[in-house]
Amino acid sequence: MQYAIRADGLAKRFNQTRALAGVDLQVPVGSVLGLLGPNGAGKTTAVRIFATLLRPDEGRAEVAGYDVVRQAGRVRSMIGLTGQYAAVDENLTGTENLLMIGRLLGMPRGAARARAVELLDRFRLDEAAGRAAKTYSGGMRRRLDLAASLVGRPQILFLDEPTTGLDPHSRGEVWDMLRVLVAEGVTVLLTTQYLDEADRLADNIVVIDQGRVIADGTPDGLKAQVGGQVLQLRPARATDLATAHALLTEAAGPLAKIEGDEITVPVKDPELMPSVVRRLDQAGIAVAELTLRRSSLDEVFMVLTGHRAQPQTAAGDDEGDDEQYATAGSLS
Amino acid sequence: MTTASTPVTGALGGSSRVRPLAALRQTTTLAWRSLVSVKHNPLELVDYSISPIMFVFLFTFVFGGQMAGSPEAYLQYALAGIIVQNTLFMSMYTAMALNTDLTKGVFDRLRSLPIARSAPLLGRIAADLAKQLWAMLLMLALGTVLGFDITGGVAGFLGGLLLLLIFAAAMSWTAVLIGMLAGDAEKVQVFAFTLIFPITFTSSAFVMVDTMPGWLQAWVNVNPVTQLSDAFRGLLLGTPAGEPIMWSLIWAAGIALVFAPLAMRAYRHRV
Repeated sequence: MQYAIRADGLAKRFNQTRALAGVDLQVPVGSVLGLLGPNGAGKTTAVRIFATLLRPDEGRAEVAGYDVVRQAGRVRSMIGLTGQYAAVDENLTGTENLLMIGRLLGMPRGAARARAVELLDRFRLDEAAGRAAKTYSGGMRRRLDLAASLVGRPQILFLDEPTTGLDPHSRGEVWDMLRVLVAEGVTVLLTTQYLDEADRLADNIVVIDQGRVIADGTPDGLKAQVGGQVLQLRPARATDLATAHALLTEAAGPLAKIEGDEITVPVKDPELMPSVVRRLDQAGIAVAELTLRRSSLDEVFMVLTGHRAQPQTAAGDDEGDDEQYATAGSLS
Repeated sequence: MTTASTPVTGALGGSSRVRPLAALRQTTTLAWRSLVSVKHNPLELVDYSISPIMFVFLFTFVFGGQMAGSPEAYLQYALAGIIVQNTLFMSMYTAMALNTDLTKGVFDRLRSLPIARSAPLLGRIAADLAKQLWAMLLMLALGTVLGFDITGGVAGFLGGLLLLLIFAAAMSWTAVLIGMLAGDAEKVQVFAFTLIFPITFTSSAFVMVDTMPGWLQAWVNVNPVTQLSDAFRGLLLGTPAGEPIMWSLIWAAGIALVFAPLAMRAYRHRV
C-alpha cells in the first residue's frame, strides 16, 4: 500500500451546490497533507467522504487501501477523526469521554481506562481529567477531541480545521502534538484556512477552491509561486509618489508599482524595512502608511485563480486576515 | 448501509456489519454515557426529579380540594394522569439530546467509529427510558406518602409501569424524528411543548370527561392520553381497565409503526 489516502475524481453535490467537482489526491503513507482552501471550498466535504460520513456522488476514494463506500467498516477501524467543532460530550469528564470511545472500540474496561489515562497525560489534561468537558477552555477541548480520535491508535488521522478559533498559544500546542504523532508514523490529512499552518505541518499541500484542486506541491514550491512578503507605502503627499516609487525601486527591485495613491512591491527580505524607513526619512518623504505583510491566502488565490479567496471580501478591502505591521504618520 | 458486503477476514470484524453481541455492548456503552452525564449536569436531575415532584404537589394541593373535595381524594384520581403527562413531556428530552449530539458533532465522531449504526440511537432511547422509570417511581413514591393508595397491588403496579414504558418507547420514535428534523434544540423544545401541552390537557388525565362540552368530548375520548391515563389509573387502582389498556397498546403500536420508519429515514439522511 503506497498511499494511505487516495481519491480519484471525487464529486459531491448538495442540491444546487457543487461541493466537490472532481478531486484527485494522493497521500503517501506516513506523510502529512495540508488541504488548503477558503470557507466553502469543499475541504470538509472531502474529509467527511474519507471518514465514511458522506458518500461521494461520483469518483472513488480509498483509505488504507479500502474503499470508503464498500468497505466503510474497515476504513472506520483504521482512522481517527477530529472535526471542525470539538466533538466531545460536554457533560462527560475527560476520562469518561475517552473511556466511552475505548469501550465502543471493544476494549476491555481496564484497557480502555489505561488508554484514557495515558492519552490524558500525553495531552496534559491529567489535572482536568475528572472535570466535565464543558468547563474546559477551547484549547483543552480541542486537545481532548484530538485525544478521542487517537484512542484506537489509528494509522490515519483526519483533522478538519484543528486550530480554527484557537488562540496562538493553543494553536502552537496542537501543532506540537501533531508533530509527535507524525514522528510516530501516523498519516495525517489536515484541512486549514491558514497558509502558515499548512506551511509548518504539511509535507505536501493541495489547494482547493470551489470543489477543484487548483494547485498542489510542497510548501516551498507553492510559496515560490506566490512570493514572500509585500511592502505597501502610501506617502502623505501625492506629489511624493514618483520620488517614493524611484526610491522603492532602488531598494526593493523593479516590481514596485504605483496603484492609486500607494506603492506596492513584493519583497523577499524582511530586513529591508529599516533601510526603506531610513531612505524615506533621508528623502524627507512624509508617510501616511507603511505596511509589510506576509503573502496571504488571498494572494495565493489571486495568483492561482485570479479571483479573491473569500467571496465575502468587500471590493477595495485589500487587507485579508493577515498580520499587519503598519506605521502611520510622518516619519520626518 | 452498504450495498455490497465483503468477506470478513480480520479478527476485528472489518466489514460494515457489526455482530449483534458487539452491537449490544456498544448500545450499553452509549446508554451509560447518557446516564453518567447526569452526574455532571445536576440541572438535568432537576428536570427529571424536581418537576415531577412539583407537579404532584401542585395538582394535589392546589386543585385537589376544589376538584374532589380533598387533596387526598383528588390525588387518588389524578396521580395516574400526572405521571402520564410527565412521561410524555420527558419523552421529548430524547429529541433535544439527539439534536444536541447532531449539532455539536458528537454524532460525527460516533459514526466515524466501527460501531453499529443503530447503537447511538438505541443507547439514547434505553437511557431515557431508565430516566423515565426513575421519574415514575419518584412520583409514585411521593404520591404514596401524600396518601395515594395502590389498591391494584404489585401486579397492577408493575403492569402500569410496563404499559407506560411501552408507550414511552413508542413516543421515542416521534422524539427521534423531531430531533432529526429540528434545526436546533430550542426549536425542539418549542415544538414539543406546543404539541404535548394541549394533548395532555384535553384528556381524562386530570378531570372527568363528562363535564366537558360535547364537541370536546369527541376528541378527548379518542385521545391516546385519555386511554393511557385510564389504563394506568385502572391498573394502579385495580379497577377494570381492559379496554383502555388495549387502546393504549394499539396507539403505542400505531405511533411506533408510523414514526419508527420516518425517524429511521430521517436518521439515515441526517447522520
